[in-house]
Amino acid sequence: MSYHLHHLKELEAESIFVIREVAAQFEHPVLMFSGGKDSILMVHLAMKAFYPARIPFPLLHIDTGHNFPETIEFRDNMVQKLGARLIVGSVEDAIRRGIVREEKGYNASRNFLQTAVLLEEMEKNRFDAALGGARRDEEKARAKERFFSHRDEFGQWDPKNQRPELWNLFNGKKHFGEHFRVFPISNWTELDVWMYLAAEKVELPNLYFAHQRRVFERDGMLLADTDFIPKRPEEIAAIHEMTVRCRTIGDMTCTGVWESNASSIEEIIAEVAASRKTERGGRADDKRSETAMEDRKKQGYF
Amino acid sequence: MSDSKHTELLRFTTAGSVDDGKSTLIGRLLYDSKSIFEDQYEAVKLTSERRGEPEVNLALLTDGLKAEREQGITIDVAYRYFSTPRRKFIIADTPGHIQYTRNMVTGASTANAALILIDARHGVVEQTRRHAFLASLLQIPHLVICINKMDLVDYKEEAYEAIRQDFEQFSYKLDVKDVHFIPISALKGDNVVEKSKNMPWYGGSTLLYYLEHVHIGSDHNFIDCRFPVQYVIRPYSDEFHDYRGYAGRIAGGVFKKGDKVMLLPSGFTSSIAKIDTYEGELEEAYPPMSVTLLLEDDLDLSRGDMIVRENNHPQVSQDLEVMICWFNERPLQLRGKYTILHTTREARCIIQDIRYKLDINSLHRNVEDQDIRMNDIARIAIRTTQPLFFDSYRKNRITGSVLFVDEGTNETVAAGMII
Repeated sequence: MSYHLHHLKELEAESIFVIREVAAQFEHPVLMFSGGKDSILMVHLAMKAFYPARIPFPLLHIDTGHNFPETIEFRDNMVQKLGARLIVGSVEDAIRRGIVREEKGYNASRNFLQTAVLLEEMEKNRFDAALGGARRDEEKARAKERFFSHRDEFGQWDPKNQRPELWNLFNGKKHFGEHFRVFPISNWTELDVWMYLAAEKVELPNLYFAHQRRVFERDGMLLADTDFIPKRPEEIAAIHEMTVRCRTIGDMTCTGVWESNASSIEEIIAEVAASRKTERGGRADDKRSETAMEDRKKQGYF
Repeated sequence: MSDSKHTELLRFTTAGSVDDGKSTLIGRLLYDSKSIFEDQYEAVKLTSERRGEPEVNLALLTDGLKAEREQGITIDVAYRYFSTPRRKFIIADTPGHIQYTRNMVTGASTANAALILIDARHGVVEQTRRHAFLASLLQIPHLVICINKMDLVDYKEEAYEAIRQDFEQFSYKLDVKDVHFIPISALKGDNVVEKSKNMPWYGGSTLLYYLEHVHIGSDHNFIDCRFPVQYVIRPYSDEFHDYRGYAGRIAGGVFKKGDKVMLLPSGFTSSIAKIDTYEGELEEAYPPMSVTLLLEDDLDLSRGDMIVRENNHPQVSQDLEVMICWFNERPLQLRGKYTILHTTREARCIIQDIRYKLDINSLHRNVEDQDIRMNDIARIAIRTTQPLFFDSYRKNRITGSVLFVDEGTNETVAAGMII
């Protein structure tokens, strides 16, 4: 008898179970969509989990206003194809309303402002569970994250007081005003995600594939040239065209691009498999301090 | 998922007492299997230098939270990933000291294998016995005893043999099916990924080879068909007007199209019309697949109900005997009421009786002690508000496990294994 699943199928089965558990346990779940490959994977898994019915919850995009234009275009196309409902929380708008204040200086990023906007949208729409595409292999604080991660009424994460999680029993009980962050792809690695997306032939934004772009170097990282990033004179002088691709997709201000000729998903897999740097190694938001991610998560970041 | 790259998933947990080199072993496995990235290694190297340590401390690779790095300890279960061409591995890295029982039980609940480290200089100690007992309590199918720091006992076979015999002397009392011993040095790398040249007397495999090849095909129950209904799929679209699918994860057995099934609690019978997935129909489904079952008859079935075979039923009862591990700072309340989570079913229960508290060092059953606190193991009797459909934990880890939730705080206060 040989009843065993390929490891990607087992990961898929686990994620689908968790996504269905969210639909069953919560009244107003929402799927956080960033436009990156992990949230595209999440949408794909959610579509499978409820087939042939539609995904029974909306997607939520916290738009910093500093996204790659390709991300927004891809998002709108995908939502239309799925027939899903999209809610956009705008950081730009929150700045205008004075809810959050723009950071200043060369490394200013709106990444941190997303937290306040996310929490505001959660409250406004009375969302009680937010599904996210975070993975435990991404970062050391995320390695300690649960599938069902409890947040208090301030949206805060208390890493030292997490609920034990055993077998496939998920405790989503909470008091009024509290909510959960749920991470169905916790156990996937970057390579798993790529291998699965390739096997499933999932459509991806062009940003992930090699393309020509004007870039400049800062702190050992390549950044895309955009008006959103204030640049020093010597950086402006050094702007040049290169063949690059994104390994993660976030805000243009903090997403590093990598020199690469990988133009197909198979070439990306080969590149990732041979890579000696983590994908978050290209994220300026994680480089601020050794505990940057942990500090942000405690405040309600995902 | 083509067969050419057919890899399996193996989950294992690591247990050991303080300073027996557990973090070093994990760091070694990650490093030697080339799962550590340059930027991670650079960060650890910098920290080691800043602390004035002579060598790069691989143990730092497994540090997570700020408090952990400050105190040099592990507080919570952390998950690590690495893979080889044969398998993908998920390590549940559990701390050796504070709240170790709670954390080890958590990490062990889904593990195929447990690695227990023993310091070759100290041999089997109290902690070793506890870890082995917890592994057997949680029914981890494979136990690997890593006798570590062999370099500090001059790689002597006698040291290894003495510890092995010592361990076997007490482990025969435990309910473990498969025990394997490997002499290693995590620090020097002997028998972890590379075969040791220092121990020619050892003819067995390296730790990584064992993890890559141990047979895990029988770790699920493929005999007793159990399908807890998780969610009912009703598309309400023109195309799928009468579609009524029962979504869930197979908890046991192999379900085939056309199988005669019985529904619990109603007792009605029907047969499987279709096993549905997004990719299309399947002929059969087995653990741990997530699928959607469609039945021939239109019957009332919802979340928490169970689909089983007509001639193979789980136990159906409101009275259960359970071994529990208590997780919470507030002790267990005898006659107290808790929410109980079992498969996809939720009920309330009352703690009827504390049969005994188990001393996990001596395995002595103390029937007098009714004070069950954090990290205690006890056997209790409960009565639930509605019947549960269960198997003994020994028979099926999915249908035999429960969680207890405090109705006031919503915290998960205990894990239980049905006897």
